[in-house]
Amino acid sequence: MEALMLDGNAVAGLLHETFGGEMTTATGTCDACGASQQVGAVHVFRGAGVVLRCHRCESILAKIVVRQGHACVDLRGFRSLIALRGTSEP
Amino acid sequence: MEGAALLGRLTWQLADVVDIVPETARAKTLALDVAAWPGHRAGQHVDVRLTAEDGYQAERSYSIASAPNGARVELTVERLDDGEVSPYLTEELHSGDRLELRGPVGGYFVWEPAVGGPVLLVGGGSGVVPLMAMIRERAAAGSNVDMRLLLSSRTAEDVIYRDELERLAAAGLTVTHTLTRSTPAGWTGYTRRVDAEMLAEVGPGTDDRPHIYVCGPTPFVEAVATALVSLGHQPDRIKTERFGPTGG
Amino acid sequence: MSFVSRGFHGRRRSDADPSRVPPGQYVTSDYPVLSAGPTPHTALEEWSFSIGGEVDETRSWTWEEFRALPSEEVTVDIHCVTKWSKLDTVWRGVSVDTLLDGVETSAEHSIQYGDGGYTTNLPLADLTGGKAWVVYEYDGEPLDPEHGGPARMLVPHLYFWKSAKWIRGLRLQQEDEPGFWETNGYNNYGDPWKEQRYWGD
Repeated sequence: MEALMLDGNAVAGLLHETFGGEMTTATGTCDACGASQQVGAVHVFRGAGVVLRCHRCESILAKIVVRQGHACVDLRGFRSLIALRGTSEP
Repeated sequence: MEGAALLGRLTWQLADVVDIVPETARAKTLALDVAAWPGHRAGQHVDVRLTAEDGYQAERSYSIASAPNGARVELTVERLDDGEVSPYLTEELHSGDRLELRGPVGGYFVWEPAVGGPVLLVGGGSGVVPLMAMIRERAAAGSNVDMRLLLSSRTAEDVIYRDELERLAAAGLTVTHTLTRSTPAGWTGYTRRVDAEMLAEVGPGTDDRPHIYVCGPTPFVEAVATALVSLGHQPDRIKTERFGPTGG
Repeated sequence: MSFVSRGFHGRRRSDADPSRVPPGQYVTSDYPVLSAGPTPHTALEEWSFSIGGEVDETRSWTWEEFRALPSEEVTVDIHCVTKWSKLDTVWRGVSVDTLLDGVETSAEHSIQYGDGGYTTNLPLADLTGGKAWVVYEYDGEPLDPEHGGPARMLVPHLYFWKSAKWIRGLRLQQEDEPGFWETNGYNNYGDPWKEQRYWGD
């Protein structure tokens, strides 16, 4: 049991700020194991930056580091990432 | 206007604290007015940011307790003894103060009548907060979807929203409590941590394919999610919101 | 940033000697746990520490062999890039100078690697001359897995992400190879006294 782990939903604000829209309902596919998951359900770890890991195999999906006005994002762990845009959802 | 939120843009906004209401000895509900609030969905949360005079900042997330309702946003905060933000929000903050927040966010952990039922809500302590928004939304919408809350608390005095839950329990909403530390005289309810047997007795069967939402401290969520899967519930019907090791 | 939360002070300590606190840091009395992934749990029977890469001969120690090396207790201040500093932390471990004793190399760079896949790079000169240890005790107790146990690197003169938890070895190289966070927006060197947090600082 991993006491430090959070769900992707916990970093919804950070993701929204980084990507410009709601991302927890986006669907990502893990490049390592092929598992498909909503971003709200990925495993999140907070180190020096934020790390998103696959809920099935724990491989890294993404790393996000934010400083004033910039976000440094590594998305290589996502084979694909599909987000809905243009809806009226908050 | 500072911090005005455009639809789709997420910015830090200043909310006015209009009321602070005790719920239990350790929990209080903050009623906030947020200008240009775009509305929210039951289960979403806000990020709250506190700034000290020397620039030091601390940020935490709090689930919205209120049903979607215009510009009024309610957050229920439980004071953690060794917390940094919760003692400030529950003991120092008062009406007339302003609070910086960002939201609403978290479209993943959301229920609304269109999702349908049956619904199983499993909360540990202050994990009941986003679940309460769902219960209130159901009531406000006049929905009679089969919704069941299983709430684990330490003692009867620690149960947040106890009276309101009792009032709302009817017409398809069932509320079941379990107390894990001590029980009042005459208590006939559960007196142990949530386990598979309790979930099987309280929740809809796996054939009903319920929408399940689990929220609370991380160890609680882990144990409940594991138990649900062991009963045969599909993992993709189980949504979890872990509060982290200290419960938020 | 113009808004100030009336009456908010946070939990940091204000009694620290300011000359010990790098710019932009706040002193804490607890010990926040930050992690990039799940906590590894390596059995001591399986644990080893190695020094390899551009060396005359790879060195490797089992846990028993490692614990038999001369160790020392050190008291240092540590500084995390997420802005908390902790003063007078007490550790016990083996100096990297001891580990490199007799190792012949022309390498100028190093990579620390640990269980779980974490890496961080440093000039070799920043690991030698009494500046770095592989530690296995914190505050007189065996190092908790949550804090990097059984053993982690301790390089207190740089931000703490330059001290890999769950350390398993050092690879010495001619080329510098940015590690886990250095490739993702953090500074390649990380001197807290020059506030080198991010790339371009």
